[in-house]
Amino acid sequence: MRLEYFQMVDRIVALDPEARTVRADCLVPDASPVFEGHFPGHPLLPGVLMIETMAQTGGWLVLAVLRFQRMPFLAQVKEAKLRAFVVPGQALQAEARLVHDGSGYAVVAGSISSGGKKVADAEITYRVVPFPNDTLRAQMLVTARRVAVPEAFLHG
Amino acid sequence: MSSTFETVAGIIAETCDIPREQITPASHAINDLGIDSLDFLDVAFAIDKAFGIKMPLEQWTQDVNEGKVSTDEYFVLGNLCANIDGLVAAKAA
Repeated sequence: MRLEYFQMVDRIVALDPEARTVRADCLVPDASPVFEGHFPGHPLLPGVLMIETMAQTGGWLVLAVLRFQRMPFLAQVKEAKLRAFVVPGQALQAEARLVHDGSGYAVVAGSISSGGKKVADAEITYRVVPFPNDTLRAQMLVTARRVAVPEAFLHG
Repeated sequence: MSSTFETVAGIIAETCDIPREQITPASHAINDLGIDSLDFLDVAFAIDKAFGIKMPLEQWTQDVNEGKVSTDEYFVLGNLCANIDGLVAAKAA
């Protein structure tokens, strides 16, 4: 994870558009300016970044299901539960399941676990729209390859 | 249509916190009930789930934007329910 760049997902380790599921590894960095403020002397991964991690993990699933023809933008977070503190250096496993592939929107059930224990979960809704420009789509493909989204799911 | 309307009205009342008695088949979801686009996503999700359909919201939006139909066609609840019934029938066919 590179928190300052909002790069929350390190690697997609399982992605199945047919089963509509995804799993990703995310390693919280040992050091980040984020921890200087959150909190001094007691560094914790901010809850909003745990939600962002679930949103990005589910976002890769939606992108793969749609073969990168449309872009999901975070629209709503429901029932977010932050069940445990997450600290620097902690290894996280993020998961998402596509609950509904609507017209112009998608809903996923996201969660984060660490050491087999669930630390966060939420229902996340995206607006799913055409890419606003070619720059974003190209950059998403670059990032998809960096996090190891299988090549077969990058194209229609 | 009547049972479809009852289901849709119940969804809107619960999702958007609108008194059920204010919701009629003649109500326009946006102009009369004040449902915004984010709340309408919730309504759409609940309707899709309840009826086992996928309302073609993108196509409907395009139709409105291109001037083919007015928003009344999709957002007046009586019309919305007729469209839902059509989608359910098409799925069953």
